[in-house]
Amino acid sequence: MSESINTIAADAEELWQLPDKGQVGMACLIVAETAIFAIFVVAYIFYLGKSLSGPTPAEVLKLPIVGTVCLLSSSLTVHFAVAALEKGKARLSTLWLAATVMLGAIFLGGTAMEWHELIYRYGLTIQTNLFGTTFYSLVGLHATHVLAGLLMLTLVLIFGIKGKLNSSHAHRLDMLSYYWHFVDAVWVVVFIVVYVVGI
Amino acid sequence: MTETTAVLPYGDHSHGKLWLDTVASWITTVDHKRIGLLYIGYALVFLVIGGIEALVMRVQLSMPNNHFVTPAVFNRMFTMHGTTMVFFVGMPILFGFGNYLVPLMIGARDMAFPRLNAFSFWISAFGGLLLYFSFVGGDGLYGAGTAPDVGWFAYAPLTARIFSPGHSTDYWILGVFLSGIGSVGTALNLVVTILSLRCKGMTLGRMPLLAWIYLVTSWMVFIAIGPLTAAQIMLLLDRSLGSHFFDAQAGGSAVLWMHFFWIFGHPEVYILVLPAFGFANEIIPVFSRKAIFGYPAMVAATVGIGFISMGVWAHHMFTVGLGPAGNIFFVFATMIVSVPTGIKIFNWLATLWGGKIHFASPMLFSIGFLFQFLIAGLTGIMLSVAPFDWQLGNSYFVVAHFHYVLVGAILFMIFAAFYYWYPKMTGRMLSETLAKWHFWLFLIGFHLTFDLMHVPGVLGMPRRVYTYEADRNWGSWNMAVSIGAIIQTAGVLCFVWNMIRSYRKGKLAGADPWDAWTLEWKTSSPPPHYNFAEEPVVESRRPLWDLKHPNETDTEYE
Repeated sequence: MSESINTIAADAEELWQLPDKGQVGMACLIVAETAIFAIFVVAYIFYLGKSLSGPTPAEVLKLPIVGTVCLLSSSLTVHFAVAALEKGKARLSTLWLAATVMLGAIFLGGTAMEWHELIYRYGLTIQTNLFGTTFYSLVGLHATHVLAGLLMLTLVLIFGIKGKLNSSHAHRLDMLSYYWHFVDAVWVVVFIVVYVVGI
Repeated sequence: MTETTAVLPYGDHSHGKLWLDTVASWITTVDHKRIGLLYIGYALVFLVIGGIEALVMRVQLSMPNNHFVTPAVFNRMFTMHGTTMVFFVGMPILFGFGNYLVPLMIGARDMAFPRLNAFSFWISAFGGLLLYFSFVGGDGLYGAGTAPDVGWFAYAPLTARIFSPGHSTDYWILGVFLSGIGSVGTALNLVVTILSLRCKGMTLGRMPLLAWIYLVTSWMVFIAIGPLTAAQIMLLLDRSLGSHFFDAQAGGSAVLWMHFFWIFGHPEVYILVLPAFGFANEIIPVFSRKAIFGYPAMVAATVGIGFISMGVWAHHMFTVGLGPAGNIFFVFATMIVSVPTGIKIFNWLATLWGGKIHFASPMLFSIGFLFQFLIAGLTGIMLSVAPFDWQLGNSYFVVAHFHYVLVGAILFMIFAAFYYWYPKMTGRMLSETLAKWHFWLFLIGFHLTFDLMHVPGVLGMPRRVYTYEADRNWGSWNMAVSIGAIIQTAGVLCFVWNMIRSYRKGKLAGADPWDAWTLEWKTSSPPPHYNFAEEPVVESRRPLWDLKHPNETDTEYE
């Protein structure tokens, strides 16, 4: 190390660059959240097929295609919203945000309808069996995260509609979009575990 | 060299204000030093409470067939003692020192997210209050109320609603859950501070080892606290919504809870012990008058411990029956931890070797730590052997082993850290005479209690028993163990009195009383609100050495 010290000291003034606070912080949050989700996913897989009574996943679950397509494409729209705001196009960004919020809301609506059907048509609640226990907690934990992201995005959308959004907010919106991408990525795992492997 | 010409002296604005304003300024503070002190003060209060719970247990166990407390109270005491010491003493005191020291050591003016910092502290504090409110409201506000009595690892199915009615277990769940949220918040803050707020020239390779350790510890907090939080959510769902995660009657698994809890629980041990290593890394070199031996090896060992400790949890579950493959894996994974910890011990010894050793109070506690941590590690290797663990699992041998780590290693280093950094935090030195009383009383009490506690374990005394028969011959051992606990209490009283007395009457410390080398000693004691009037620029691992010895700077040797 010793040979490079002097150059580092000399260049310290100009070259001293550290990672961005927001990015590191959001990465940490994502790691911690991943650990929580991992345990719920493990519990789901561990209890697959161990329910002592019905209904089973194969009997009642349908692939939530519409919701999945909406949620995954909302990752794209939020990315466009960030890109537009970075270029200073606040109105365009607001439009993309509106699309994101709408897509997220459709996803949550889909989950609500799915749960309604499971509860009232098939009589599956969190108390029914191990499938109900693990299904509602895993999907519910994810839906809670979607809801949290949706509330924050709606807040930004309101600022956008009121014309308070400008390019100085681009970095914050970018961080929010990291969270949203994470929530989407978790859905990919949940989708595969619950609706593909688990059936 | 020192920046004593403060523009706005710390706390000066409170002159002539009502005490209520002072209280309000502490409640609303976002300054990392004040939040650090809040963490430490809060942890010390709980240390006293947890200590009293330990004393109640020791009085009860000091004689066979004793009836000092009822069995129900005894169960509450060991549950609250364990929960309090891990979540409301260990974590906050380490985060308190981290909060206070890390920004100063890396030349930053505050933590990365000051308001998140305050939020994390207050949510953890609320968790502790909620846990203790269970003494009043545990039965749900009818009847007298009880505290949780399910043990600190709360094994299923004891925690099921049917076996633990009332709300005491719910208070336990929520208290621990909230403290976990606070821990993740502060860990996140520490990582961002360390990675993004270092002063100019403070490359990762020049960072004080304490900062490195907090980086690794915080990383472990993310990975360990997540599973705990998840498991607490599941348990809460089981208890309040009637789900079946840990309900064996519906096909649920009690062993799954054990896995989830120990996936948190074992890394947690390292989360607690790593900062103690960090204190040793700072204190031992200064009082040996040598730079730390093997800095890169120390960093590598820290990271190694961080990784390995994630894969050893099931050694807490040998007695459950893991099967040969599981046993072999967890035996060897556990034994491998002794490699990086051994590297650390040898590096500390090599730092002492040939040094000009000053036996000031921080160093005394550090030397105690070195010996005791070695013994704790050796009994750890014994317990890592599955057949040995089958024999002695859940006995007082295990209790003695982990108290050797938690008290003999961690608490000794926490005391060392108090003696070392109290002058920085308050501007006054602690009394060395009282410190020596504290050290010797605590050392003798510690060894009386925890050396002898191994013996009833080997003789077959299980942990968590309320009392025992006289013909087991455990009586005299337990009496000696309890006497040791009282001697330790006397030592701690010296410490508490020392802290109170020295706050007003202690010798003035000045900026750098120990002739140390890291950045926190560059600013005044206590540091001003903004830490450094000018942002420091660092060119080696010991910036203050370079300033004091301009003709022989570290940069030539690193």
